[in-house]
Amino acid sequence: MAIAIVIILLVIGSVIFHLMSPWYFTEIASNWGIIDDTVSITFWVTGIVFIIANLFMAYAIIKYRHRKGHKAKYEPENKKLETWLTVVTTIGVVAMLAPGLLAWGKFVDVPEDAHIVEVVGQQWQWSFRYPGEDGQLGTVDARNISIDNPFGMNPDDPLGQDDIVIDTNEFRLPIDQPVKLLVRSKDVLHNFTVPQFRVKMDLVPGMVPYLWLTPTRTGTFDILCEELCGIAHHAMRGKVIVEEEKDFNAWLAAQPTYSQLRAQNYKGDAVAGQALYQTCSACHGVNGEGNQATNSPKLTGQEDWYLKRQLHYFKTGVRGTAENDVFGKQMAPMVAVLPNEKAISDVIAYITSLPDNPAPHTVDGDIDSGEGIYLTCEKCHGKNGEGNWSLRAPRVAGMSDWYMVTQLKNFRHGARGAHPDDSTGYQMTSMVLSLTEKKVNDVVAYMNTFE
Amino acid sequence: MEITLIFLALLMAFVVGWLIKQSINTRPWAEEGVIGYDHAGGPLSWPAKKVGLAAFLAVVTSLFMLFFSAYNLRREYPDWAALNDPDILWLSTLLLLLASVFYQKASNAAKRSEESGIRVGLVMAGVFTFCFLAGQVWAWQIIHEQGAFLASNPANAFFYILTGLHALHILGGLWVWGRSTIKVWSGEEAYKVRLSVELCSVYWHFLLVLWLIMFYLLLST
Amino acid sequence: MAHVALADKGQELSHPHSWITQYVWSQDHKVIGIQYMVVATLVGLLALVMSGMMRLQLGFPGTFTLIEPNEYYQFVTMHGMIMVVFMLTAFFLGGFGNILIPLMCGARDMVFPYMNMLSFWVYLLSVIILVASLFVPGGATGAGWTLYPPQAITPGTPGADWGILLMLISLAVFIVAFTMGGLNYLTTALQARTRGMTLMRLPLSVWGIVMATILGLLAFPALFVAAIMMTLDNVLGTSFFMPAVNILGEQLEHDGGSPILFQHLFWFFGHPEVYIVALPMFGIASDLISTHARKNIFGYRMMVWAIVAIGGLSFVVWAHHMYVSGMNPYFGFLFATTTLIIAVPTALKVYNWVLTLWEGDIHLNVPMLFAIGFIFTFIHGGITGLFLGNVAVDVPLSDTYFVIGHFHMVMGVSPFLVVFGGLYHWYPKLTGRMMNVTLGKIHFWLTFLGTYAIYLPMHYIGILGVPRRYYANGVTDFMPESVATINSSITIAALIVGGAQFIFIYNLIASLFKEKDAGGNPWNATTLEWQTPDTPPKHGNWDDELPVVYRWAYAYSVPGADKDFIPQNEPPSDKTGKE
Repeated sequence: MAIAIVIILLVIGSVIFHLMSPWYFTEIASNWGIIDDTVSITFWVTGIVFIIANLFMAYAIIKYRHRKGHKAKYEPENKKLETWLTVVTTIGVVAMLAPGLLAWGKFVDVPEDAHIVEVVGQQWQWSFRYPGEDGQLGTVDARNISIDNPFGMNPDDPLGQDDIVIDTNEFRLPIDQPVKLLVRSKDVLHNFTVPQFRVKMDLVPGMVPYLWLTPTRTGTFDILCEELCGIAHHAMRGKVIVEEEKDFNAWLAAQPTYSQLRAQNYKGDAVAGQALYQTCSACHGVNGEGNQATNSPKLTGQEDWYLKRQLHYFKTGVRGTAENDVFGKQMAPMVAVLPNEKAISDVIAYITSLPDNPAPHTVDGDIDSGEGIYLTCEKCHGKNGEGNWSLRAPRVAGMSDWYMVTQLKNFRHGARGAHPDDSTGYQMTSMVLSLTEKKVNDVVAYMNTFE
Repeated sequence: MEITLIFLALLMAFVVGWLIKQSINTRPWAEEGVIGYDHAGGPLSWPAKKVGLAAFLAVVTSLFMLFFSAYNLRREYPDWAALNDPDILWLSTLLLLLASVFYQKASNAAKRSEESGIRVGLVMAGVFTFCFLAGQVWAWQIIHEQGAFLASNPANAFFYILTGLHALHILGGLWVWGRSTIKVWSGEEAYKVRLSVELCSVYWHFLLVLWLIMFYLLLST
Repeated sequence: MAHVALADKGQELSHPHSWITQYVWSQDHKVIGIQYMVVATLVGLLALVMSGMMRLQLGFPGTFTLIEPNEYYQFVTMHGMIMVVFMLTAFFLGGFGNILIPLMCGARDMVFPYMNMLSFWVYLLSVIILVASLFVPGGATGAGWTLYPPQAITPGTPGADWGILLMLISLAVFIVAFTMGGLNYLTTALQARTRGMTLMRLPLSVWGIVMATILGLLAFPALFVAAIMMTLDNVLGTSFFMPAVNILGEQLEHDGGSPILFQHLFWFFGHPEVYIVALPMFGIASDLISTHARKNIFGYRMMVWAIVAIGGLSFVVWAHHMYVSGMNPYFGFLFATTTLIIAVPTALKVYNWVLTLWEGDIHLNVPMLFAIGFIFTFIHGGITGLFLGNVAVDVPLSDTYFVIGHFHMVMGVSPFLVVFGGLYHWYPKLTGRMMNVTLGKIHFWLTFLGTYAIYLPMHYIGILGVPRRYYANGVTDFMPESVATINSSITIAALIVGGAQFIFIYNLIASLFKEKDAGGNPWNATTLEWQTPDTPPKHGNWDDELPVVYRWAYAYSVPGADKDFIPQNEPPSDKTGKE
């Protein structure tokens, strides 16, 4: 008896849950309303089956539950009933399948006037490429990938010279224009998903799958990776901004092309940088060795691209503006001494020319426990803490350990990495959720064992 | 995956056909009483080992068909560089054919309970099988010397893996072969090895057919 | 005739004398079945604990600081692989298959008892290798149970050094074990049925298990092939699945391989694998429902044909797991159609279960509660499958929590309810004792309601777009605060359900000592396993004579009979049977 009543309650409860659920499709932002319609049809058909089948079962249990003297009927089969049920089921299935196939027919048929954008995935970042004026993308090859050519562009391909390469996790689309997104992976499988667009597709290395859509609503939407791609899968985020065509065109025109980017590869002048470094040396030390007393980390030995990014962050308020980032807030005004791009490159050139000695060890912790924790860290920061340009992960070996303790705590408590434009910081915040104070000390103590 | 699907379709057709023949369509609740062994739907009259072997051969077929499917899918890709198949493979084919023939002779002799026939058949089958394996090793040597290493091209990798897996199955068969050979030479009576010789001969024919398909596949690409 | 000797091989059985040969190196199919069940349960508990750790992370991120992303992805992988392969497949086929096939067919044992014993020990070896992978440098693989390359064998994934290799080896060893066992189950059911046991007189449990065995024998080779090729890619640098890739800034040597090829092979195994679990579940559920409703299973012939049809169709639907994998999108039309066709025989099975209850005499015993719970969860899991099978509907839902909710309902909760129901049902036969009813009911209600509280909301956060396999959801523009709240409540439900399983384990052990004698046939069932001369059945199952079968397996409430069941081996009263 109880089971029959519970089943009835579950059916009613499920229907109420369905109707009251605060979680349903996000407001759609593309032309794929037909997919939502198909989902609704499927909900209707299956919902009716769910309700009828379960209520009938509950009724049968109540009506035919065991009572004294009651005997079951002997009925091996009922051909007519079974045929009838088969027919009804088939009709229900067709009712769901037909609109589904129609919708899919639209998906495989890309409109001819769709413009092309390439979405590039790698562990655990997004980047993007527009074909430029010629409307065609240049060829690429995973073998060309290097720190100066993260897209793996073929430098000799004339079609690629005017390609617009966007090496950040954010790209833009004009509203109401069909776009064919070519999705390409440099390393493993990823999946390009924007929930509001409804359609998604895997990025497969060695081939270039595609999807198409017409954005129908302006706004900023999250890009998620929905194919397990390694340890920071959940931290692989991007943004797509849908905007009016003229805004889009203005933005696109301001982006450098591949050939322009190649031309402006300024390496920095260490001599000019030495003068600029005078201000820095007060805290970070004349040899960039850092100073715990002034909470200034060691700089030498750190990768130039990392220093550059952090200086940019301080300059643009991405870093050093959070309320609880005490020392970051001290640093932020100091970068005013670096007025422009050239100054930043120069001072970094000088810092990287300084002699690099390992920082002294000041942190105590359980090295064995730290080794286990570091299994997560090593995927980006390297087995020996050497850092990795491709993952934008700074070096940790031989750097100021007390500083890393502070920063790990900052990441965990939102003092760093919480700014919406700090994409690498966001990744760190997603990785350190479980790093308690003790674990922080342990893992930093383990990092101190690197040569 | 077409190859595998065709194989499975045939197999399913066989299963369904057999089930129909086994009168799956009777109305079991309607008939009460003992039904004899010869009644449709009763247990198979084959020995259990024969049924087991048939099922095992279906498993092995599935395994190789999947490899062949993978082979066909992979060779569509542009980096595929066809292998220069060594001529020794023709000789190997002949050797395996002879082994199969002699195994059949041994099996026939076992049915007639001729111990001497079994002995000769088994030994000859064994000798040719070992020659076949030697030929395969030689073929490996030749393509290795051509510079066709395992990792250098998928065509090579498939060559090694397919022939290697086939050879492993032959080695498994040789283990059973060894046991029956020792038995007949130590004077066991024919009926004691009859089943194992008969089943092994089936297994050898199966491996021969498998090799022919594989050889055709290797030659055609 | 040869088969008579084989079916009736009483004299060939080596009767064990010492404890070791009786319980450890046993060739008795019942002992082997129990060994399978014990190992599968232990490894299943490990996977359960892992899911608890994952739920604590997801429900309370940053509060329970138990696991790092590294462990999270390892647990995701191990939980999935263990539950699907090492727990459910092993439990249904190695456990129930071993115990039920010979008993229900009226045989003395499996036809190849020695190979049967080997099958268990090789299975144990595969489990040991799998568990060992947790302790090697770098730990177990975190590639997800689908093990997709390039990710599975490249260093951005946990356990890319040793974990993945051990996983592949463990799977290969498992497949060997399964093949040895599977050949036995199939041959026994074909060949060692007792006199009068025609195919159409077999209980549906045997049909389900045997069809699942056939699927396993034909589908596991696909996993085997994929495992071999991936091992070679990993260890020897071939390029079956590996294209030219730049991993973590470094160019690898591979070139030209196809990751999609692996997915085809994997799902060619992976989809039939769903039915390897589902068909025994269907069969056992049918028998539980029929026995406890005291009514013949409705539409027996249709049920048999549905099992065969589902088994056959399960080989032509695999690419519905790959709608957004980048394969040729035109395949979507084909596979959506085949997938929705398979819904028809599956739906018919559900109707027939419900119609078996109709006009029955329903005894709500503990096994029956589980069977009814199963019908409910299976309906739920089945209809959500219609969403995911239909290509256009699948696109927004794939790789979200909708998928997690769906397959846990259909392949997690449903088979487990049947496993539990089956254990409450057959425990008296295997031990001679009943199981405690009160504990059984507590176990049922906590499990049944608890799992629904876990998985129903998951479908909805999936529709919202919450992705699966995420260590943390992080900050997004589309997830409201309430997602975190429901995640916490899901975790609490999961912990309750997890805890309830320990009640069950306690019941299993305590009932051995505390409960009353069951007698030979406590449920008044018709099938042969309840008619053995001894309870628990001795090695060899039957006395000198094998039982003779006179009727089908569902002679419940036959009009005119004095009892409401007639055992399959009870001679007809009117002597109409022809000798």
